[in-house]
Amino acid sequence: MIGIHHYLVVSAALFSLGVLGVLTRRNAVNVLMGIELMLNSANVNLVAFSRYGAGNLQGQLFAVFVIVIAAAEVAVALAIVLTLYRLRRTPNLDEADILKG
Amino acid sequence: MTPEAVIFYAFAAITVGSAAVVVLARSLIYSAFALLFTFFGVAGLYVLLGADFLAATQLLIYVGGILVLLLFGVMLTHKIYELDLRSEVTQFLPGAIIGSGILVLLLVTAFRTQWRIGPGRPPQATTQEIGQQFLGPYLLPFEAASVLLLVALMGAAMIVRRRREA
Repeated sequence: MIGIHHYLVVSAALFSLGVLGVLTRRNAVNVLMGIELMLNSANVNLVAFSRYGAGNLQGQLFAVFVIVIAAAEVAVALAIVLTLYRLRRTPNLDEADILKG
Repeated sequence: MTPEAVIFYAFAAITVGSAAVVVLARSLIYSAFALLFTFFGVAGLYVLLGADFLAATQLLIYVGGILVLLLFGVMLTHKIYELDLRSEVTQFLPGAIIGSGILVLLLVTAFRTQWRIGPGRPPQATTQEIGQQFLGPYLLPFEAASVLLLVALMGAAMIVRRRREA
């Protein structure tokens, strides 16, 4: 019988891989991929608790909102990345230091 | 092992393995295509958890929308004929230490907490109930999310617009 702990382990692994991607990559698009991994791991947790918890659908409803936020986040973030690329000719986050005084 | 366990371990292996490829691959294109398999694996886990509507949504929005957007991002920020689609890795050791620390923390929390496991929800179709919840008790968050999505997309279009005078 697959219990809730199995899903929690998968979600924990996904989340820490996402953190690793965000921390170690220099390319902005790659950092966005890490953020997507973290959002997905949170969603797995929400759906798992919806399945094994009180027996209602609240976790799944919340997961739908997380997906909506992820779509909005990717759209805005890619717009910023493209503008940065137009300014600096590079997608590297280390060189996005124009605001530094 | 029951068939459920076999399917679960297969999807979990696909998800975590391709997520590791996303993070560790040298090439951006490899990362993007490994992300495809991660999203498929997560959709499979949703099906196992009885969330049929959410699995379909995951495939439609993540694979059909977000992944395509990310691929556009990769293509637009690199010249396609320069084959150097590499992403540099910096600070690998501190990142690995922090990542594994978070992993240990999450695992300890997951196994030491007494979760209030309820009766659970037997697998059954969820689409109708989700629709009724969204147009019933969750109407206000639903509308707020739709307005947020509209604002975000308009803002994204404004940000990338080429300004003629600038």
